[in-house]
Amino acid sequence: MSSTTKVQGFSTESGSRRADRVRLLAQPVAVLVIVGLVLLWAFTRSNDSIEAESIQASVLLAKTWEHVLITVVVAAIVVGIGVPLGMVLTRSWAKPVAPIFIGIANIGQAAPALGVLVLFFLWTEWDGLWAAALPIAFYSLLPVLRNTIVGIQSVDPALVDAGRGIGMSSRGVLFRIEAPLAVPLILAGLRTSLVLAVGTATLAFFVNGGGLGELVDTGYKLNRVSVLVVGAVLAVGLALLIDWIGALLEEYLGPKGLS
Amino acid sequence: MAETVSGAEIQLENVTKRYPGTGEPAVKDFNMTIPAGKIVIFVGPSGCGKTTTMRMINRLIEPTSGTITIGGEDTLKLNADALRRKVGYAIQQAGLFPHFTVAQNIAVVPGLLDWEKKKIGDRVDEMMDLVGLDPSVYRDRFPRQLSGGQQQRVGVARALAADPPVLLMDEPFGAVDPITRGNLQDELLRLQLELRKTIVFVTHDFDEAVKLGDKIAVLGDQSTIQQFDTPEAILANPANDMVAGFVGAGASLKQLTLLRVRDVNYHDNALTVVAPDSSPAELRKQMSEQGKTYALVLDARRRPQRWVHVRDLSTASSLATVGRPVGDNVSTQSTLQDALEAILSEGGNAVVTGSRGEYVGTIDIETVTNTIQQLRDEHDAGSAAS
Ligand SMILES: Nc1ncnc2c1ncn2[C@@H]1O[C@H](COP(=O)(O)OP(=O)(O)OP(=O)(O)O)[C@@H](O)[C@H]1O
Ligand SMILES: [Mg+2]
Repeated sequence: MSSTTKVQGFSTESGSRRADRVRLLAQPVAVLVIVGLVLLWAFTRSNDSIEAESIQASVLLAKTWEHVLITVVVAAIVVGIGVPLGMVLTRSWAKPVAPIFIGIANIGQAAPALGVLVLFFLWTEWDGLWAAALPIAFYSLLPVLRNTIVGIQSVDPALVDAGRGIGMSSRGVLFRIEAPLAVPLILAGLRTSLVLAVGTATLAFFVNGGGLGELVDTGYKLNRVSVLVVGAVLAVGLALLIDWIGALLEEYLGPKGLS
Repeated sequence: MAETVSGAEIQLENVTKRYPGTGEPAVKDFNMTIPAGKIVIFVGPSGCGKTTTMRMINRLIEPTSGTITIGGEDTLKLNADALRRKVGYAIQQAGLFPHFTVAQNIAVVPGLLDWEKKKIGDRVDEMMDLVGLDPSVYRDRFPRQLSGGQQQRVGVARALAADPPVLLMDEPFGAVDPITRGNLQDELLRLQLELRKTIVFVTHDFDEAVKLGDKIAVLGDQSTIQQFDTPEAILANPANDMVAGFVGAGASLKQLTLLRVRDVNYHDNALTVVAPDSSPAELRKQMSEQGKTYALVLDARRRPQRWVHVRDLSTASSLATVGRPVGDNVSTQSTLQDALEAILSEGGNAVVTGSRGEYVGTIDIETVTNTIQQLRDEHDAGSAAS
């Protein structure tokens, strides 16, 4: 995959394959150990009533679940919009408009996530899951969109020519040749998008979207460090786990025969 | 199993291609009839329009004007994708899909044509056999796991999988080493002997053109036809300076690769003797009777063994050890080039053997030069008459 990740797409390639392998094993173990230790500490210390209200299994599970849900919905939207849009924008007839869409996605990512979230809230006056998921999806769309485009553009033109030359339709070439060969880059983009999404989902509580940000917020406002730490550690742990899942997808979902 | 469909004739009439935004057309008013079942080679300098001309045949490039028919059918009236499924297409570096196995690559066109699964599987194995790749070893490999030459074979197998009457090949062997290229060329010729497709083949390499072509089209700028004729005719009589330049030095030597020993008048009047049936004394008598200074000693199966000079015989005790052994010999299948090589290394005369290695005659340098002279005269007479 190294030949395709050189181009200006988002890349999560780090070090050698061997190092990647080790990380693939070590990352979830480290996350589980650290989160486990922090939870052990939080549950065994003497908590006051305010702390006890937050630090209980049902609350932590509910907040984590909300956080995961936002991330999953965002991922679905990002893949559902970014990949097809990216594929369409690589068609020769769409060349003139491609920069417009990339520009919009660039704005989405360049603007502060909180700003996008609040503006969307002010505009729609929605709250809850969708009020959080849609702007976060907009914010984290760019990596998937751009990597889809770059991934398809970096497919060897000789392969497209060979496909057309032996009688594949233009759609056939797109779906059977170009898109599969772009999968490694698309997955790298998705992993970046997921990490952005899981991080930004800590802001979802601003629009009543729930998530682990709520714990952080409670801990901060009520001056309870333990709640703040538990919320933050869970958020970090979740981000690392999501990143790990992204790495797994990259490792195992790419087309065979490329290395 | 292989239904040997013979190729279809391709006809290009007043074909012109002007790329948008360019002044002069890349291909200008091109007319050619490509006979069914023949290999026609396009050679010419880089950028002269070979690829453009070839790709208009399967409409990877749409002609600006003109008509192209395949087997009498107007290609412009067909659906372009359907047309391409009936025209094999092989390119430099094979263009195999890296995420498809060898079998999946070969199966693409039959799949597009909705063949039954079983029939496709059989066809894939058959094609792999045809191009000399063992299906049980290579079927499930990915292109990365093959050598360049093997990839090229798969490329040819993929192009031929749906048994198209026409095959377009754009410098298909351009990216492999000379030895592999030679093997691939030999194999293409062997396949063609069996399949009799109409093949349009683009190359930069004039020697490749001579080796493979039934006819060669030497193209100049804008795909103007400088000469369209058999390799023999082009070598013997280049139509103009441009063609002569392309033929390059050594045209006579190249001609020698086109002729086989069986096609020329080699001698069969050498004095021969079968070793077990004769003795030095007997042979000496025979030689003086016939006035020969040299004789050829054969073994019991009439295979050439030794050259003997009459002088050697006075002291010899047995025909099995007298004189000097025969070095290089040539068969009736050898090219005149091989024959010339043998003649030079043998010192003026090479022995010609038949299919079982038996003596059939001798060939000398004069035979070779006479043959070339004769060819040249024929082509001169031919072009003067036309
Ligand atoms: N898509 C294109 N747009 C504009 N001009 C083109 C295009 N493709 C080819 N040409 C021009 O048309 C001419 C013929 O190109 P073509 O590729 O047919 O040459 P060729 O004989 O195959 O050359 P080579 O031996 O280098 O492969 C060249 O001058 C080339 O620059
Ligand atoms: Mg070319």
